[in-house]
Amino acid sequence: MAGYLRPNSVSEALEALRARRWTVLAGGTDFYPERVGKPLDDDVLDITALDALRGIEARSDHWRIPALTTWSDLLAADLPPLFDGLKRAAKELGGVQIQNVATLSGNLCNASPAADGVPCLLSLGASVELSAVDRVVSLPVARFVLGNRATALGPDQLLTAIVVPKPKARRAYGHFLKLGARRYMVISIAMVAAVAEVADDGTIRAARVAVGACSAMAKRLPDLEAALKDRRFAPGLGEAAVAAHLGSLAPIDDVRGSATYRTDAALTLVRRALDELGARP
Amino acid sequence: MSAATSFSVNGGTVRVTAPPLKRLADVLREDLGLTGTKIGCNAGDCGACTVLLDGRQVCACMVPLGQAAGRAVTTVEGLAEGGRLSALQAAFQRHGAAQCGICTPGMLLAASDLLARDAAPDEPAVMDALGGVLCRCTGYRKIVEAVLDVAAPQADSEPAAGSAVGARLAKLDGMAMLTGATRFGADAIPADALWLRVVRSPHAAARFAVGDLAPLYDANPGLVRVLSAADLPCNGFGVYPDLKDQPVLADGVVRFRGEAVLALVGEKTALEAIADEAVPVAYEPIAAVVGLDAAMAEGAPLVQADKPGNLLIDGGLRKGDAEAALGSCAARAEGVFETAFVEHAYIEPEAGWARRLGKRLELHVSTQSPYMDRDETANILGLAPEQVRVLPSACGGGFGGKLDLSVQPLIALAAWLLERPVACVYQRPESMASSTKRHPARIRARFGCDAGGILQAVTMNADFDTGAYASWGPTVAVRVPVHATGPYHVPHVSARGRAFFSNAPPAGAFRGFGVPQSAIAHEALMDDLAAQLGLDRLAIRLRNALRPGQATASGQVLQASVGLAPCLEALAPPWSAALADAAAFNKTGGAWRRGVGIGCMWYGIGNTGLPNPSTMALALGRDGALTFYNGAVDIGQGSSTVLSQICADALGLPLGHFQLVVGDTDLTADAGKTSASRQTFVSGKAAQLAGEDLRGQILRLANAGPDAEIALDGTALRVTDGAARHVIELDSLPAAADGTVLRGEGSFDPPTTPLDDNGQGNPYATYGFAAQLAVADVDLALGVTKVRKIVAAHDVGRAINPIQVEGQIHGGIAQGLGLALMEEYIPGQTENLHDYLIPTVGDVPEIEVIVVEDAEPLGPFGAKGVGEPGLIPTAPAILGAIRHATGVRIARVPALPHRLRAAILAQAGPEDDTP
Repeated sequence: MAGYLRPNSVSEALEALRARRWTVLAGGTDFYPERVGKPLDDDVLDITALDALRGIEARSDHWRIPALTTWSDLLAADLPPLFDGLKRAAKELGGVQIQNVATLSGNLCNASPAADGVPCLLSLGASVELSAVDRVVSLPVARFVLGNRATALGPDQLLTAIVVPKPKARRAYGHFLKLGARRYMVISIAMVAAVAEVADDGTIRAARVAVGACSAMAKRLPDLEAALKDRRFAPGLGEAAVAAHLGSLAPIDDVRGSATYRTDAALTLVRRALDELGARP
Repeated sequence: MSAATSFSVNGGTVRVTAPPLKRLADVLREDLGLTGTKIGCNAGDCGACTVLLDGRQVCACMVPLGQAAGRAVTTVEGLAEGGRLSALQAAFQRHGAAQCGICTPGMLLAASDLLARDAAPDEPAVMDALGGVLCRCTGYRKIVEAVLDVAAPQADSEPAAGSAVGARLAKLDGMAMLTGATRFGADAIPADALWLRVVRSPHAAARFAVGDLAPLYDANPGLVRVLSAADLPCNGFGVYPDLKDQPVLADGVVRFRGEAVLALVGEKTALEAIADEAVPVAYEPIAAVVGLDAAMAEGAPLVQADKPGNLLIDGGLRKGDAEAALGSCAARAEGVFETAFVEHAYIEPEAGWARRLGKRLELHVSTQSPYMDRDETANILGLAPEQVRVLPSACGGGFGGKLDLSVQPLIALAAWLLERPVACVYQRPESMASSTKRHPARIRARFGCDAGGILQAVTMNADFDTGAYASWGPTVAVRVPVHATGPYHVPHVSARGRAFFSNAPPAGAFRGFGVPQSAIAHEALMDDLAAQLGLDRLAIRLRNALRPGQATASGQVLQASVGLAPCLEALAPPWSAALADAAAFNKTGGAWRRGVGIGCMWYGIGNTGLPNPSTMALALGRDGALTFYNGAVDIGQGSSTVLSQICADALGLPLGHFQLVVGDTDLTADAGKTSASRQTFVSGKAAQLAGEDLRGQILRLANAGPDAEIALDGTALRVTDGAARHVIELDSLPAAADGTVLRGEGSFDPPTTPLDDNGQGNPYATYGFAAQLAVADVDLALGVTKVRKIVAAHDVGRAINPIQVEGQIHGGIAQGLGLALMEEYIPGQTENLHDYLIPTVGDVPEIEVIVVEDAEPLGPFGAKGVGEPGLIPTAPAILGAIRHATGVRIARVPALPHRLRAAILAQAGPEDDTP
């Protein structure tokens, strides 16, 4: 018979995780679809009563996005333009029903190659906070999501928060473009997230660009990021991107699109995302 | 593990003892009896189960009961205020926003969430709020209109006697849909019912053996019976009397992925706990025949051993000498066009329950064809048809997919053998895997015309992949040649339709029976001819439009109600405006190019060259009750309302008196299936005759003339004939056993003739005609198409209820858009509603409907059907717009972004000034 535990405190949850193996449940938007017509026989640790894991906080050098932050919470949060890409992803993720319960952290833990949150968090340089009874460790998102449905989460660990560092520059902007075959509730064929930190002299101090659904996990484009550094933050930024910058991507053919198309579309999306980013006032 | 959980539902506190992981949607429906919350997918893909949780919309199928603890849930049952519809519900009713009603609760809750936050939202906000709820019937436009119009005052005035036809009436069954009271296939299952779960093949082709079932029984005490092929008195079904080729349960061989192998019957929770792997079926996969090429290949393995060449049917039509005529044409166009399997994607999965009552069997199912269900089920069980009674539930979308049997024979067999009520509700993936599909087509066609653009000759070879079993394959292969020319006059025609078996789900009936596929071909070739001759695309169509007195490809001389020309004339001003707008837009440059396309259609109403009668009855009881016995199931298109309007005006009493009995095979006569756009025309005529029959009897009793007015006042029937007044006291008349004192009946079978060996004859009594234009923007770099606008001009003969007519056209357009741009069923790959895409609220553009009423003399008050015509011209119009924008002639749908981008890259560059 399936076990079900819905603790009220994080320590209780972590104790449970130390004691035995659980399937961790938050918004349920990946859990239930995977079990259509199948028995609900997992031992489930439902973390939604952990009120300590709610409420986005701005701290001195970072924002802390606790594990139970939903996409709707994010949309409602007062956040600077750095988060505009992530917010755009939030608005295009599923329907409002999904946005209201699905969490950013769950999107990371599910580790779908088409997870819209992953390229956004990569572009934000985010880390995850993994808690266990005896330790709390921090891991960059790029080292947390390891591949298709694979993460570095240990069996006794709970992802307790996503941490986004505050940029050094006073101005920083984020953007996100999603490509799908219909308007709402669509799994991305490809998507691009981009962040530019702009120095006071109007040049790009740092840029981070990530592409999703074109590899087993979303990938940053370091060569492009290097090419963007020190350029003027201005319209026309997209011309900095060339096909070679996307060389590390390894898209596949599937029902949503061919690999060739994804490669081609990803470059278009990267250029457009940068153009639109650079057109920000 | 069950636990007690307390929460609030619609303002009251409830306490439920159930497993905490149980889906809230199941808890609401099963534990609390609130079946207004619908389940369409259990995966958050369709939004049918949308409820409010602490005021925010969520999918109840993904909320564990445990998370509801202490929170407030609002369901559709909680929306009406003091027995009155809320303003939102009233707006839905006013606008015809509910068709089949299965998505309506979800739509209402999603909209409620928005309106609680923003009392006067704009259209983009409404779309964002409704983006997570799929609707397959309405095309969403009337839903969006309703939400935007929520503040408008309620105006329900009922039309007076004799003025129901033509009125913009809200659906008679609409209120129940808006409160959650409507009972669909899964909504009224008795608590003591056993459940049935089908074990399905994971392979497209395999031999199999069932192992020892004892361990399965031992491990699952709640498992009562495992049914196999051996339990079936007659293990074959099919829609043709002589073609029962599909087994209810496969017998040692499976021919498509998703085919039924065993049926497990038992307690619901016991069945849910059984993992697929625990059922001992050993499969030995064999080489699968996938696709037309494989099916048609020399020496291909046979899908059905007794069907050589995998051929189901080879039908054709010949008029004149098409080859010779093509040779002398000034302009010729040709092409090969391919379409995919398309899923009906009704939001209500197949569902129903059965019970045995002595020597009779009752079937409560979601269906389009109660009498066919009755006869087929009886045949399978070895019963007389009269032993089976079909009581259709509300049907949460059909579109042709609920013409074939699904749960019926299995629950019938189990209930018959076990003498317990037995229910079955398909899960979404099994619905998609096992139900019929639109036939994939490969159509090779040639069109030729003279220098003036007048068509001279058409040839068409249409090959269809009919999947593993016949279903409606012959219907498609016969209908398409008749329609090969499109709605144009062509003196020389040669057309052939063939269907081949493959190891895929059976392709069956789907809105249009093959004509949407062939329309893609003929409309592309009409555009080709226009381009070659430098003619305007609308003008060449108007020049060739069929007109009264002209003969069709089957040699049928059309007499009346041939309204394509008026449709095209109505479309001409928006066409010119759209072309000018596109030219201006494209001058601005940018990534997007705008195009305008046009599509024309015709569609023979009813069965092809076969009888398809309908009988309706209208009875007055001694208690004054006026009951309309209507065997035509309303699958959301509004026939219950439309037929009542017709019948009411024929009788001369206001609609308000009508009580409806719909589709019960014990109480209503056979009205035929709800398909082929036939109910308004065929059953509508029967309803008119029934109303006239009853009126005639009343007038005779009162000795009144034909223009007398009738009024019903309790049990008094008052007849006013000029100055003469008569009162008929109904309770003083002799009554039948059921209390009926007067009964009118009407039957209609449209006059048709069978097709001869050359496909010549009068296969349909009347045809629907339409022309649509589409404006679409294409992102050249990404191959993404955004349809901006559709203008749809439809000749419906007479719009009995303009709201329902618009609703049919809107819904057809949405499905046509899906066919053109996104829908492709691939077994094993797109078996859910997130990999298989249907249009969302954000994909359906602004639609302008122009109703043309070129009266059909045979039809009720001049009416003919519009169910299928809405869909047929849409894909051609959109593809024409894409071509106008990009220069690319799409030869394979859906035009997914990657296909369109590849086609754009493959051609030189956009053409500029196609007229």
